[in-house]
Amino acid sequence: MTVFIIRRLLQSVVVVAVMSLLVFVGVNIVGDPVDMLINPEADQAEIERVIRDLGLDRPLHEQYGYFVVNALQGDLGDSFIFGQPALQLIIERMPATFELAIAALLLAVVLGIPLGVLAGLRPDAGWSRTIMAGSILGFSLPSFWVGIMMIMLFAVMLGWLPSTGRGDTVPVLGVEVSFLTRDGLSHLLLPAINLSLFKLSLVIRLARAGTREAIHQDYIKFARAKGLSETRVVLVHLLKNIMIPVVTVLGLEFGGLVAFSVVTESVFAWPGMGKLIIDSLHELDRPVVVAYLMIVVLMFVIINLVVDIVYSILDPRVRLQDTRA
Amino acid sequence: MAGDETTLTVEGLKTHFFTKAGVVKAVDGVSFEVGKGEIMGLVGESGSGKSVTGFSIIGLVDPPGRVVEGRIIHDGRDLVGLDDEQMRSLRGNRIAMIFQDPMMTLNPVLRIETQMVEAVLAHNTVPAAQAREAARDALGQVGIPSPDERLRAYPHQFSGGMRQRVAIAIALLNRPSLIIADEPTTALDVTIQGQILYEAQKLCRETGASMIWITHDLAVVAGIADRISVMYAGRIVEQGTTADIIDQPAHPYTRGLIGSVPSRNTRGDRLFQIPGMTPSLLNLAPGCAFRERCSVADDTCLAEPEPSHPLPGRVLRCHHPVLEVAQ
Repeated sequence: MTVFIIRRLLQSVVVVAVMSLLVFVGVNIVGDPVDMLINPEADQAEIERVIRDLGLDRPLHEQYGYFVVNALQGDLGDSFIFGQPALQLIIERMPATFELAIAALLLAVVLGIPLGVLAGLRPDAGWSRTIMAGSILGFSLPSFWVGIMMIMLFAVMLGWLPSTGRGDTVPVLGVEVSFLTRDGLSHLLLPAINLSLFKLSLVIRLARAGTREAIHQDYIKFARAKGLSETRVVLVHLLKNIMIPVVTVLGLEFGGLVAFSVVTESVFAWPGMGKLIIDSLHELDRPVVVAYLMIVVLMFVIINLVVDIVYSILDPRVRLQDTRA
Repeated sequence: MAGDETTLTVEGLKTHFFTKAGVVKAVDGVSFEVGKGEIMGLVGESGSGKSVTGFSIIGLVDPPGRVVEGRIIHDGRDLVGLDDEQMRSLRGNRIAMIFQDPMMTLNPVLRIETQMVEAVLAHNTVPAAQAREAARDALGQVGIPSPDERLRAYPHQFSGGMRQRVAIAIALLNRPSLIIADEPTTALDVTIQGQILYEAQKLCRETGASMIWITHDLAVVAGIADRISVMYAGRIVEQGTTADIIDQPAHPYTRGLIGSVPSRNTRGDRLFQIPGMTPSLLNLAPGCAFRERCSVADDTCLAEPEPSHPLPGRVLRCHHPVLEVAQ
């Protein structure tokens, strides 16, 4: 196990290094931030001074080297727009995005697994077809449209829930969270449902497919032949087997939830990282974009590692392969 | 019958599958008895209904199949018509089952201990520690070395033969009076097959359990069974003691089966094979199901052959049985 983790960490370092190069070069190709930053009426001397200040007069490889040296010391550069460290800007907005993503993931798991298993156990029942039809809608309706419709229905027409912002927050271990206040929770509900719809549909389909496959396996029949109750057969023998694909996909999708909460955050004006990156892209705020992408890469690498570890706990056969490796 | 008491009496059992294409009569009027401590071999080709017979007894026929007719009397009680909870309390307790593929029957993500202890706890209100002891003893009984350690293992850490031993140990946990073994040696090496056969036979003797040994392999069943029932297309076509069936097969199908086993005498000769294929059980034509493949069939075979008792302890369903040896 230890050998496995060390090897994976080394691989991760390589991935992060390669990604940093790609991101840095990529962002430089996109456009010249100087045009956006400088007052159109500034004279040539002024323009050159700004370029020099930002270090944009240096050749690209020198800029990259400078970036790497600073990045290793935890400095990903200052935002062109805000003048603050890019990392700090992102980290300030991280709790909001994480809270939203975790809430969406929880909804997807807590609703998706039972619904999927039920649909798998009774595939011909009417309600089971309804669940599956619903999951197709969850897959195919565009998230921004569903978000707008939800605001229309629940915020504008019914007036039950607020449509924008985080509401009241309370600090927990130095991090501001919404879900512990009534007001915050009501603000969280709509965006969390909106963000979870796609994952919920995915979990339902995975759980259903897993159930359909596992229910015909001999070990389920053997469990029944032992005289176990149907509850135990489903909750222990079946569930533990179908959790393997569900955990794998959800782990990988969590990174996606965070990275692509951009749409939901924009629709519900949720003050998270997604909204920041959209604004920064518009303004070609290179350091923020690079820092954001680096953090996302790091997050994916960590999530992959965690998924592998959780996977080995769920499936003992994986554990054995690790010790051999 | 071999024993004084019978553990199981099956009478006129019919299990049909109601599919979209029509009714598949997988088991269509099967009757047999299994005496106390007796091992009965249920022999037949794939699709002859032998496994479905086993699943009917233990009440695990998958939809769209169900038992439509007949009685299954186990220890004096008719199992047909028992509700789910009554059947559950019998399964794994009074009637146990062993499956064909030991690679598939144990849950890959649960420890052996979990899978054994839950089988004890499903039928007995005992402390978990006591259930664990029972599990350890059962593993020892089927010849698994250092059972204490092995309890903590997962199925993938066992070989095929060892897994089948574990499955047998699980079947024995609650001292059932009847064990249904559905081709338990088919997926194993020949050497392991022998060990499992020996083990099963020994354990049956020790615990007094009766056994139904379902197989397509006459050679296997000849070595272990007291009596043999030969199934064809959902019916038992011939039944008798193992010695009678092997030495004096009377039904043309049984003769064909025995004739197609390679032996020293047939070396160099073309091996006998029964012509044709097993008939589809969907919309089976009336009359003897074997007549299309039978060398002695004639027009009388268009009528359904009734069970007859041409010899003591023998049941036959054939218009043209071969009885010359016995006369």
